Amino acid sequence: MSALPQAVPADDLVVVRDLTKYFPITAGIFQRHVADVKAVDGIDFEIRRGETLGLVGESGSGKTTAGRVILRLTDATRGSVQFQGRELIGLTRGELRPLRKEMQIIFQDPYASLNPRMTVGSIIREPLEIHHIARGKAADARVQELLRLVGLQPSHANRYPHEFSGGQRQRIGVARALAVDPKFIVADEPVSALDVSIQAQVINLLQDLQQKLGLTYLFIAHDLSVVRHISNRVAVMYVGKLVEIADRDRLYDNPLHPYTQALLSAIPIPDPVVERRRKRIILTGDIPSPVNPPSGCRFHTRCPIAFERCKVEVPAFNEYEPGHRAACHWVEEHGGKAPDLIAVTAALT
Amino acid sequence: MAASVPLTPATATTADDVAPSRNTVWRRFRRHKVALVGGVIIVLMGLVAITANLITPADPNFIDQVNWQGYPLAPGIAGHLLGTDENGRDLLARLIFGARISLTVALFAVIMEISIGTFLGAISGYYGGWIDFVIMRATDVVLSIPLLPLLLVITAIVAGTSNKAALNFGVIVLIIGGLSWPAVARLVRASFLSLREREFAEAAKALGNRDGRIIFRHLLPNAIAPIIVQATLEVANVIILESTLSFLGFGIQPPTASWGNMLANAQSNITVAPWAAIFPGLCILITVLAINYLGDGLRDALDPNT
Repeated sequence: MSALPQAVPADDLVVVRDLTKYFPITAGIFQRHVADVKAVDGIDFEIRRGETLGLVGESGSGKTTAGRVILRLTDATRGSVQFQGRELIGLTRGELRPLRKEMQIIFQDPYASLNPRMTVGSIIREPLEIHHIARGKAADARVQELLRLVGLQPSHANRYPHEFSGGQRQRIGVARALAVDPKFIVADEPVSALDVSIQAQVINLLQDLQQKLGLTYLFIAHDLSVVRHISNRVAVMYVGKLVEIADRDRLYDNPLHPYTQALLSAIPIPDPVVERRRKRIILTGDIPSPVNPPSGCRFHTRCPIAFERCKVEVPAFNEYEPGHRAACHWVEEHGGKAPDLIAVTAALT
Repeated sequence: MAASVPLTPATATTADDVAPSRNTVWRRFRRHKVALVGGVIIVLMGLVAITANLITPADPNFIDQVNWQGYPLAPGIAGHLLGTDENGRDLLARLIFGARISLTVALFAVIMEISIGTFLGAISGYYGGWIDFVIMRATDVVLSIPLLPLLLVITAIVAGTSNKAALNFGVIVLIIGGLSWPAVARLVRASFLSLREREFAEAAKALGNRDGRIIFRHLLPNAIAPIIVQATLEVANVIILESTLSFLGFGIQPPTASWGNMLANAQSNITVAPWAAIFPGLCILITVLAINYLGDGLRDALDPNT
């Protein structure tokens, strides 16, 4: 294997290139195609083996769709997803089936993602049967092992999902995803439906499992504190585009893109004195519709430092520091300097 | 939530500390008293139909020429517990054999329509697009055919060419089953339209399930409640439809007894011998009611969330 020339560097488990997903809007009895919802519009990034890449953005930014398209739960409109050097886009469902063993998903809503008519045991057991991993007594033993692994009791196997709390259900969802022993897991807002006290438990569980099993996560979330806690690197999405990606500390300490800065300034600080003095960047307006995204830089309609070029030209996703890329004309014209939005907004008001 | 349960040792793989699901369904069903009574009645009816040969007090087609004087005998006379019909045949015996015919027609016709309806509805709702379009238009076509006139025409043709009751019976089942599935198909399609968007359906896909398994193992069990209710309603409908046909003289042909043709034959003597109409009518009423209540109870018992 190692002697063969590889299309991707060995440490990249997932390579996403120009990934695009448009949902067509049709109208009338002839299903005439009138417009597209540009949920994901040409995004590029890599996920390194063993890391957690946090993907953040507002509701409607396309982050969930991105996760689904990468796993081919939704078909891409265009672009490429390479998983362990193998192209996923274009594979038939039959070709994809064995790969399901390698990549799994944890869903946002633990109440909706478990089949209410199946016992917990049969929910976790099913992937074992589909992929011929274990059957009979061996499958039973594996189910018990998985339940213990996620902090549940083996006796829970005979119960139905509705007998469990939200946090426990999410653990069941994790056990199901782990049943096939995957390498890569898309965690689609896995804690945003849970109570804050339970969030920490599930987050810790995910981190423990990552260490124990060497998992790679794409962690989709809108809670920036959670993402900061769990991620190695963070990518920020806005209306279907990536605006910034960097190592976690670099992104949180030195955000380049105005949108990232605005997002980060919204994180409350658990210290009343500091919190009172905290300057927030308040964005005006709503997130634009992905049916009709703004021209040029999609953020120009809400950006306090937008200038003429932003309205006409789509900014390039440039690298300004090693591994730190951002798509912003202002940053480009100022040689990679981060704009001081606090000062700008203060001057405006 | 399992505070009283001691921590299970790592080696234990026992599963019997929680009641198996089958018992849970039965326990929940038992709480529903009316449904339980309905179930008992249906089981009794079924037993009567199956053991008709053993429990019958007389041959259903035997004419009691010793006592019969050309008009129906009243209940209790000459050993006829429920009296006789206008031809001097024992009413109880005919009711017992009539149960066999009426219940089998209902059972087979409903099995057929539920199977066709569920299959087409599930495919239609799950796949959507042109498959959905084709199946739903076919459903509209079938739905637009008036069932009763068609049944009359076809059974009239078949009855004209053959005197065998068995053939007639099969034809009735095929026509009722083959034409009454659209209601079921629409119902199942509606359920599937919403079920396929649920996250557990996507989870099943992400795990590598094939479509067939997602449809029948993951989604169908979640659509079972309306199907069961519809099935019980349809059993009642089919019994009544068969009775209607027989009443009009196009259903099960005499001398074979069905509840419907017994009702039909009783109408000419309704003023002098009301019992000949009342008893088959009661049988139909009780069966239909019992099945409806049974369906209610089953629906509730099968829902794990109650």
